[in-house]
Amino acid sequence: MTDHADMKNSDPSRRELLKFVNVGKWYGDFCALWDINLTIHAGERVVVCGPSGSGKSTMIRCVNQLETFEAGEILIDGVVVQNDPKSLQDIRRKVGMVFQNFNLFPHITVIQNLMLGPIRNLKVSKKEAEERAMHHLEKVRIAEQAKKYPSQLSGGQQQRVAIARSLCMHPDVMLFDEPTSALDPEMISGVLDIMVELAEGGMTMMVVTHEMGFAKQVADTMVFMDHGEIVEVAPPTEFFTNPKSERTELFLSQILQH
Amino acid sequence: MNEARLPPPAEKTRRVTLLDIAIISVVIVVLIYTYHRVEHVLVYTWDWALVFEYVIRVDEITGEIFPNLFLKGVAMTLRLAFWGTIIAAVIGIVMGLCRVSNSLFLKLGSRLYVELIRNIPPVVFIFVFYFFISSQIIPLLGLDRIEQTFSPGTLAVMEVLFGPTDLFTNFLAGLICLAVFEGAYITEIVRAGIQSIDKGQWEAARAIGLSRFRVLSDVIMPQALRTILPPLAGQFITLVKDSSIVSLISVQELTFLTQDVSNTTTHFFEAWMITAALYFMMCFPLAVLFQRFERFGLGIQRT
Repeated sequence: MTDHADMKNSDPSRRELLKFVNVGKWYGDFCALWDINLTIHAGERVVVCGPSGSGKSTMIRCVNQLETFEAGEILIDGVVVQNDPKSLQDIRRKVGMVFQNFNLFPHITVIQNLMLGPIRNLKVSKKEAEERAMHHLEKVRIAEQAKKYPSQLSGGQQQRVAIARSLCMHPDVMLFDEPTSALDPEMISGVLDIMVELAEGGMTMMVVTHEMGFAKQVADTMVFMDHGEIVEVAPPTEFFTNPKSERTELFLSQILQH
Repeated sequence: MNEARLPPPAEKTRRVTLLDIAIISVVIVVLIYTYHRVEHVLVYTWDWALVFEYVIRVDEITGEIFPNLFLKGVAMTLRLAFWGTIIAAVIGIVMGLCRVSNSLFLKLGSRLYVELIRNIPPVVFIFVFYFFISSQIIPLLGLDRIEQTFSPGTLAVMEVLFGPTDLFTNFLAGLICLAVFEGAYITEIVRAGIQSIDKGQWEAARAIGLSRFRVLSDVIMPQALRTILPPLAGQFITLVKDSSIVSLISVQELTFLTQDVSNTTTHFFEAWMITAALYFMMCFPLAVLFQRFERFGLGIQRT
């Protein structure tokens, strides 16, 4: 424990929060992920991009075991991810996730959506869960919608609620799976603003997105994937101006020409 | 904008079309023909009064009114429907959850149950199952000796809830047959309801660390219930009607007693028409009630 604390004190930014080691995944004979190696340190912001079907979503869904994988291992804060109920609850406490389609629970109010995880998983009191929920709703600037049902909110608002729902678990890492892809164009900036604020607050983030403006603004590391492999890992300045791989170059030229 | 925005004048729609007139004419012709057959070709003397006595019996001396066989049958059918509904719902929910569980054993068990029952005619199922229950399970549980084991007070309550105590084992056998039979259909309704919920709901619930039980109880089931309720209501009405099958194993419900009446009086038409009306009077209000539930009870919030 002291070791751990020392390590944190000596260089907190070098703490390895999330680590993929030779991860591989297959759907039958189809190889969805091949030999994924990636380390994310505390406070690091990683943006993952690549053509559709390249395995980006699959990769981040492996972290909290929404997808299983057949080869290699994933470590969260030094602990190997395992697939039994107890460790799953631990992983999901440490790892928050935001989905493309928000996936709010439509039968309960916004604030109840936020309180469910803390009450059931973290066993906090109802009162504390409510305070947490209101705190995070204020952060995503929709506190006044707390008593509404998800269907009464716009897509952008729903996605901000979904972000707040994850934050209520006080996660160490936040995963974003194409958080703006299902939004109307005028809603995107509201969600991205929240994500930028989150990044500035020091949250460790792994974001799958096609929003290259956002990537340039917040990413510490860019990851490019194609055909289930990580093709390139580089800081954004290098990644956008001088990509090493031809595939990256081609992808960037396609996505940035607008 | 000063001018009023009026809707375009409504197109006149004709209420009664030529097709309607044609259909109504056909119906009238059929009715007249049927009347003609019954009155002039069929040799049958109607005697409604005689059969009505089997609905309500009036004591000639005291003038007191007693429910007779038809109403006793209705009471028994309602008892079957009430308990059958509860037991079938429990079976259906448990088996439906087994169907979507991770355990291969539970999945296969539930599947086997549903497929067996759906692919065997109800009458055959009830004969097979009845002989098994009445000869094995009921003696095993000691239920054939209740008259000796319970106090008169308890027996009186049981008579209201389950009908005459001397026929209790018979009632129970019929009830279990009916519940196991209908439970299979409810299992399918529950399964379909659970599977209608978007995969993203499971994922979001798991992503905030809910256990499998909590995912189901807090997120999936409350939503699935909205999909499940309308067909479930329909299934309960079916259950009321299907309860007539247990007349085959001598449970003294409406259909069984109607057979008695029609054999005794030989007025088959009146007896069965009264019974048809009685079933209708039980099922139709249920249908109306469930429709109300659907409309007012479920202010559905959906994304």
